[in-house]
Amino acid sequence: MNILVLIKQVPDTTDVRIDRETNTLIREGVPSIINPFDMYAIEEGLRLRESAGSGTVTVMSMGPPQVEGALREALALGVDDAILLSDRAFAGSDTWATSYTLAAGIRKRGAFDIVLCGKQAIDGDTAQVGPGVAKLLGIPQVAYVRKLTLDGARCTAERMMEDGSDVLDVPLPALFTVVKEINEPRLPSLKGKMKAKKAEITVWGVSDLDVDDREIGLDGSPTRVMTIFAPELRKNGIVFEGEVDETVALLVKELVPVLKAEI
Amino acid sequence: MSSIEVIEERCVGCELCIKACLYDAIEMRDGIAVIKDNCTLCGACVEPCKFDAIILRLDKRETIELSDYRGVWVVAEQRAGVLHSVSFELLGKGRELADELSVELSAVLLGSGVLELAPELIAHGADRVYVVDEPELEHFLDEPYSNVVAELLKKYNPEIVLTGATSMGRSLIPRVAVQVKTGLTADCTALAIDDKERLLLQTRPAFGGNIMATIICPDFRPQMATVRHKVMSALDADPSRKGEIVREKMDAALMRSDVEYVKFVEDLTQTINIADADIIVSGGRGLGGPENFHLIEELAEVMGGAVGASRAAVDSEWIPYSHQVGQTGKTVQPKLYVACGISGAVQHLAGMQSSKVIVAINKDPDAAIFQVATYGIVGDLFEVLPALTKSLKAEL
Amino acid sequence: MDYFLTEEQEMLKELCEQIAREKILPMREELDESGEFPWEIVKVLAESDIYGIYIPEEYGGFGGGAFEMCIATEELSKVCGGISLAFAASALGAYPILLFGSDEQKKKYLAPLASGEKLAAFALTEANAGSDVGAIETRAELDGDEYVINGTKQWITNGGVADIYSVIVRTKKSTGVRGISALIVEKDTPGFTFGKKENKMGIRASTTRELIFQDCRVPKENLLGREGTGFIVAMRTFDKSRPGVAAQAVGIAQGAFDEAVKYARQREQFGKPIASFQGIQFMLADMATQIEAARALVYAAARMVDSGASDVGKNSAMAKVFASDVAMKVTVDAVQILGGYGYMKEYPVEKMMRDAKITQIYEGTNQIQRSIIASAVIKDSAAKERKGK
Repeated sequence: MNILVLIKQVPDTTDVRIDRETNTLIREGVPSIINPFDMYAIEEGLRLRESAGSGTVTVMSMGPPQVEGALREALALGVDDAILLSDRAFAGSDTWATSYTLAAGIRKRGAFDIVLCGKQAIDGDTAQVGPGVAKLLGIPQVAYVRKLTLDGARCTAERMMEDGSDVLDVPLPALFTVVKEINEPRLPSLKGKMKAKKAEITVWGVSDLDVDDREIGLDGSPTRVMTIFAPELRKNGIVFEGEVDETVALLVKELVPVLKAEI
Repeated sequence: MSSIEVIEERCVGCELCIKACLYDAIEMRDGIAVIKDNCTLCGACVEPCKFDAIILRLDKRETIELSDYRGVWVVAEQRAGVLHSVSFELLGKGRELADELSVELSAVLLGSGVLELAPELIAHGADRVYVVDEPELEHFLDEPYSNVVAELLKKYNPEIVLTGATSMGRSLIPRVAVQVKTGLTADCTALAIDDKERLLLQTRPAFGGNIMATIICPDFRPQMATVRHKVMSALDADPSRKGEIVREKMDAALMRSDVEYVKFVEDLTQTINIADADIIVSGGRGLGGPENFHLIEELAEVMGGAVGASRAAVDSEWIPYSHQVGQTGKTVQPKLYVACGISGAVQHLAGMQSSKVIVAINKDPDAAIFQVATYGIVGDLFEVLPALTKSLKAEL
Repeated sequence: MDYFLTEEQEMLKELCEQIAREKILPMREELDESGEFPWEIVKVLAESDIYGIYIPEEYGGFGGGAFEMCIATEELSKVCGGISLAFAASALGAYPILLFGSDEQKKKYLAPLASGEKLAAFALTEANAGSDVGAIETRAELDGDEYVINGTKQWITNGGVADIYSVIVRTKKSTGVRGISALIVEKDTPGFTFGKKENKMGIRASTTRELIFQDCRVPKENLLGREGTGFIVAMRTFDKSRPGVAAQAVGIAQGAFDEAVKYARQREQFGKPIASFQGIQFMLADMATQIEAARALVYAAARMVDSGASDVGKNSAMAKVFASDVAMKVTVDAVQILGGYGYMKEYPVEKMMRDAKITQIYEGTNQIQRSIIASAVIKDSAAKERKGK
């Protein structure tokens, strides 16, 4: 059973704050972490390897050289090897170009039975790369998986929907994106950490992959960021006093847009 | 290849670009800005530079003939023969966009035995409904569904495609976007047309909602976006509206799936964990007793939120501990937190003060909770809460 | 302060910090309240290889020493001094085997301890024998190839949850320390049962029980070292383990201090954070300084133990007495800084204060430690004088 887990290094967005004076993100001191949903994918990969009794778990990520740290963290958890797709030419990739590049990396890596991803990354929240990669590899996908059971060359997947779960019987190879209900990720072991420290990480750039230059990085990305702006900030509190009907009406006027945007 | 460059002679080392960078991808070396490896070429630093010292060079791309693409589409979602209300919301927005562009609004409907649902889509604003009604499409499976949608897009060339950001939409549509090679923007909270270039301006939160980004897809079509449930408003159904229903036939090979649908297991009991809730309405000592917690529950229901409580309410055994917010309960960071009859003890504030929007309702104008509140009402919660619930019910 | 940790020691520290933050923190309050043993944490520590850090590589461990024990215990204790004992007390039970066991005993017992599959406990104290080791009454008499044990041990940390017990018994009728030996007793040996679980002031997540021996027969191969060397076994064990207790104290103190500083920065009175008042500032400064001094002494003692020096007793005792007194003082001050909130269970400092107290009492009260230190310094002085002559 050869398993590939796609991971992303992200800023811990729970620590990201807006500087109210300059309307910019305060990134100082915000740690880079493995996307939390990807931790469940790694754990599932390790469990599938254990339940299959043999095979390998490989983590792959695309990003700048510092992503190596995230890959070493994955190695400390018991992953067998790690591949980093890193090249200045990949910069500015949107989800299309990212899917394209990762798919090329996976093809180069060769034989695999299962590709796992977290359901989405907490910085972008798009949930698009997993399905994109599956399409580019020409394999089936199941998103929002809460349970995976191996059965020879097939796999039973429970897909979480709004009203319950769809149970699907999936031929391998296939790609699954997982939700946090699927397992509880383990912590690293001391042996794992030591091994990870010394492990070799394979780094592939543009010249190592079979990719079209026009399909990677910013140039290969159909979408462009036009503007970035801070959302309306909490002012120093507006407190309404007076008749109930009046104060409630004023509050409702403020809350309706908030609720419409967030429900 | 597109690239970004700092013109060293112009850079004065003011660090404005560093503040503007979302990715921590610029640093100062000897008083000059240096762009690091993790730059994404987003260009956020270009404009803030008052000295025009940063230049982003974008390569010209071979583009398709954009004028070949016309019309706004909505990919409707149905499950077990019932249309998801997000489809109506998308039609409401789609109608607006189509009118602005002076084009037609179409819906795509996939499934088995779903033809009869098409008039509902017309009643909610569609000019035309493309229906693919085949037994193979009885259950949502990614491969056949995405093949069929992609096939229709290639056939009719719409310029905009909207899909609900539901489990199904978010699973299906990225596959379609890759298949037709175009851009896709997830979870848009605002959609507008840039009338000069007919571009769809897609605004969405990024970095966990800390910042907003407007995304465009200038050189590819269709421009695709997903929108979450309850973000847009549906039009009132108008059964007298006229529209065309087009039944589409599909090649069986496109609808073949290697994945087999086994069964559906219903589960509506997924209880809300308050730590995960986007909206929380909490009650405290001011409620006076457990019998009044229904005021909180009713408001939470209207808002689609979870019920929280202060330590005082939990300790008085008005509500179980699992609802407790604060230092000793759960630390929460919802997008909206409504504190009712909670004075705002330090340990409560510690558990909720990083919520995005905080509303405080308390009769004591000096209550500490008002210091962290975005909005507050000074008043008797027994009067304020029923009025607020009623009023929001009417608005939402 | 930089203690020049090796890369491996840094990794260990980082891992223990992660375990404490992600796994221990969410359960500490509940376990303090219920007094239940933290089996879930034991499993996490086992899977993370933490139980093996002080055991030689040939027995499946990492080959670390007292210093590694200190790093791990301190990190875990920063979050919960009770839960950390599920780890540290097992080491205390393992040390007699590590120090005096035969190769066979080591092979048999250390491997499952290194993997965390089994826990150990050390049993010395009895109702009438605490500081006075020579007063123990639990007897073990040789009958053929077996020792027959009778007696009751009291306040045994990990009692009932451990699988392997290093028990100090009297094998000779003679009174005093000469007739004392150390035996390994496995759980589920017939005649070996457990008494009631103690309801303690602090370290409530650690299980403390009586061990009751009634004609409990163990093979004579379970003797550690030779007959009559039990007192030495106990003393050498304590020499090695005391830096660990001291590290537990440093951890508890640091945890309470961190809470106090955080609170002082946030809490406003008279329109200012209380951290801006000199009265609070001086307290914080003293607390920080005392903790750092304790840590430096503990680390120095642990490194001395690991160097193989023979006369570590005095230094181990100094580390234990100083660090535990600091922990008590700092936790009391932390409660004071938090004021009314500090006294309430919704903040962790009152728990830390309760946990700190035991570090002044167990593994030799601080009065006994001072006796050890005093007798060592007096002996040193006399020796110097003799040399001078």
